[in-house]
Amino acid sequence: MFPVKFFHLIWCNLKRKKLRTSLTLLSIVVAFILFGFLSAIQQALVGGVEMAGADRLSVRQKVSIINLLPISYEARIERIPGVDFATHQTWFGGIYQDPKNFFMQNPVEPEKFFKIHPEIILPPEQMKAWLATRTGAIVGRRTADRFHWKIGDRIPIQSPIWGADRTWEFDIVGIYDGAKKGTDTTWMLFRYDYFDEARRWGKGQIGWFTIRIKDPSQAAEVAKRVDAEFENSPTETKTEPEGAFIQGYASQIGNIVFIVAAILGMVFFTILLVAGNTMAQAVRERTGELGVLKAIGFTNGQVMALVLAESCLLAVIGGAVGLALARAVTPVVADKLAGLLPMFFLPTHALFTGFSLSVALGLVTGIFPALQAMRLRVADALRRM
Amino acid sequence: MAGPINWLSQIGSITKFGLMSLPQRRGAVAATVIGIAGVVAVLVSVLSIAAGFRQAMAVSGSPDGAIVLRSGANTEMVSGFGRNETRVIADAPGVARNAQGPLASAELFVIIDLPKRTTGMDANVPLRGVEPAALLVRDNLKIVSGRMFDWGKDEVIVGRGAAQEFAGLDVGSKMKVGRYEWPVVGVFAANGAAAESEIWTDAKVLQAAYNRGDSFQSVSVRLNSPGAFQEFKDSLTSNPQLSVKVVRQSDYYADQSETLTRLITTLGFLIAFLMAIGAVFGALNTMYSAVAARTREIATLRALGFGGSAVVVSLMLESLLLALVGGVIGGTLAYAAFNNFHTSTMNWQSFSQITFAFRVTPELLVRGVVWAAVIGLIGGLFPAIRAARLSIAVALREL
Repeated sequence: MFPVKFFHLIWCNLKRKKLRTSLTLLSIVVAFILFGFLSAIQQALVGGVEMAGADRLSVRQKVSIINLLPISYEARIERIPGVDFATHQTWFGGIYQDPKNFFMQNPVEPEKFFKIHPEIILPPEQMKAWLATRTGAIVGRRTADRFHWKIGDRIPIQSPIWGADRTWEFDIVGIYDGAKKGTDTTWMLFRYDYFDEARRWGKGQIGWFTIRIKDPSQAAEVAKRVDAEFENSPTETKTEPEGAFIQGYASQIGNIVFIVAAILGMVFFTILLVAGNTMAQAVRERTGELGVLKAIGFTNGQVMALVLAESCLLAVIGGAVGLALARAVTPVVADKLAGLLPMFFLPTHALFTGFSLSVALGLVTGIFPALQAMRLRVADALRRM
Repeated sequence: MAGPINWLSQIGSITKFGLMSLPQRRGAVAATVIGIAGVVAVLVSVLSIAAGFRQAMAVSGSPDGAIVLRSGANTEMVSGFGRNETRVIADAPGVARNAQGPLASAELFVIIDLPKRTTGMDANVPLRGVEPAALLVRDNLKIVSGRMFDWGKDEVIVGRGAAQEFAGLDVGSKMKVGRYEWPVVGVFAANGAAAESEIWTDAKVLQAAYNRGDSFQSVSVRLNSPGAFQEFKDSLTSNPQLSVKVVRQSDYYADQSETLTRLITTLGFLIAFLMAIGAVFGALNTMYSAVAARTREIATLRALGFGGSAVVVSLMLESLLLALVGGVIGGTLAYAAFNNFHTSTMNWQSFSQITFAFRVTPELLVRGVVWAAVIGLIGGLFPAIRAARLSIAVALREL
């Protein structure tokens, strides 16, 4: 639309009032850092649901998830039509040094666990080592980094639930990664056979089952069949798709996080309003100069483009810097949150949304002064000088 | 020429002058006020969540109350006692007594799934089995509608918070848990304490329903006086028959509130801090443009003999005033929107829902206004200095 050489002109315009430009820029940067946090919080809440497998169902005890289910249910579930196979986990609730160092540790059946969770990646030799080590445990990259654990370390963990009078020791035999960015790599997983033998009570009972179903479109029917299988038994079950299970869990944190997010959203737009006002003002002050440009032969379209380009440039620079800072800072905050929100990170799609928002900001704040500039009559403008 | 009175009157007239010109700078002024109002509203709102939660926990623990758990247990969930142990605990020295015996309640704590009224999704709700002294070991506990459950019957009373938050807990309805149905016969209040999030029934009935034999998970006691705690604790921990952990009720609940309070205050301060930075930029911009627009006036005043420091102070006063207006608006907004806002969240320590109300306390409002004042002062300082340093001759030449 207009030659690249005009960029120099735009740049000079931005430099004219350095202080105002930099203050406006900084407000935009702050707004987009906030936007980044907003996205990370949202990710923390819905991320688990996004990552849930469409072909997985969760089965828990009907009265409450804290009530256990007999392990014999596993074989019975696997006989139900539509079920590929089932495996289980149990809440260990261990404490590493201090209750503040929260992360999830669960006993699992290693081979089945990996079969049902293809999003979790463990090198084959580490898997072999795990199968060969009864007290072996594998840990996610984030938790390993958080506590500086290496393969070969022996980790002492207290479990108030399963025997407060002893310390459980686990040998770290592997460190797993996630196949996708959203995969939760904070868990520690260890062998159910070791757990069942060593625990003080509840032998033969587990926390919940995860089922892989043959056809995801049949999820609701299979869930019904599972619950029907155990109806009227002393331990009835509640089966639902993994996504619903995780969402239910996230919703227990309640609308507090939603309120925080709503507040953040309001703030984001307030800051943009303030920044936009300043940018519009900057253009209005230059009416006379724009008249001169027109007088020396700039077309209406060129003047309008010039003004719009200036506001967009400012908004995009501010947005990019803000998003980059947010991206850099969120991991630090995530560690401060101490594993409470394991999915707290800034997803890539939010970067795209943020970038689009910054362009939109530039356009919206620039469009009215730009239209004004376009419609400007040279004679009027010059008279104002 | 100098003299404090003169100086003050200079400040007064420049400030008046500045305030009178505010309507001409509507846009920029409104932007600053809105920006600062935003900061304060957010700071106060977010912290009111933490304040409300802490308050709910604080009123839960009375100073002369204590709770006994199995040693090594940090919550009731993982604690456990037999009948013999609970008897020893109830008879320990320091426990207050009335005509019926010691004020000690051995209790059971289980979690059941009930749907939240707002979302219809299942949430973990605490169901507590209690003994008759339970109403006396907690402060301000009273039935506010319906009646107390009958001992020995499978009836429940529900806390006021639980009744509001979860579906199917109205007096007269039946609460379905697994294959059992429990008639709801009353609602109790406890001054907003954690107990209001719970459902209560007779411990013996709950033992039977859960096949727990004659076992309990905790013992809550009321002591003769707050000072009796040490004596009570020492006698239990030195008793070779027992392996227990004795904590004051207040410490127990303070500990429970820590995780959530920390989460919220971390997020809250971070967000408010970032916003404050944004608002400082906004305020700076407004005041710089105010100074720019008034260059000639200020130069004229200086030429007439007004002092530089008077110019600085009056510009800062102006900025401070705008900020305070923003702060008051923000605080009012937060108060209107969130004071006494009822909600429930997960109490990670007991793995169950706790209901509470947000609290916009006077301290929070003061803190918000202080933040606003700081933003206003920073936002006014640099432009004011620039105005004072202005070369009079150059500025006047622009006329």
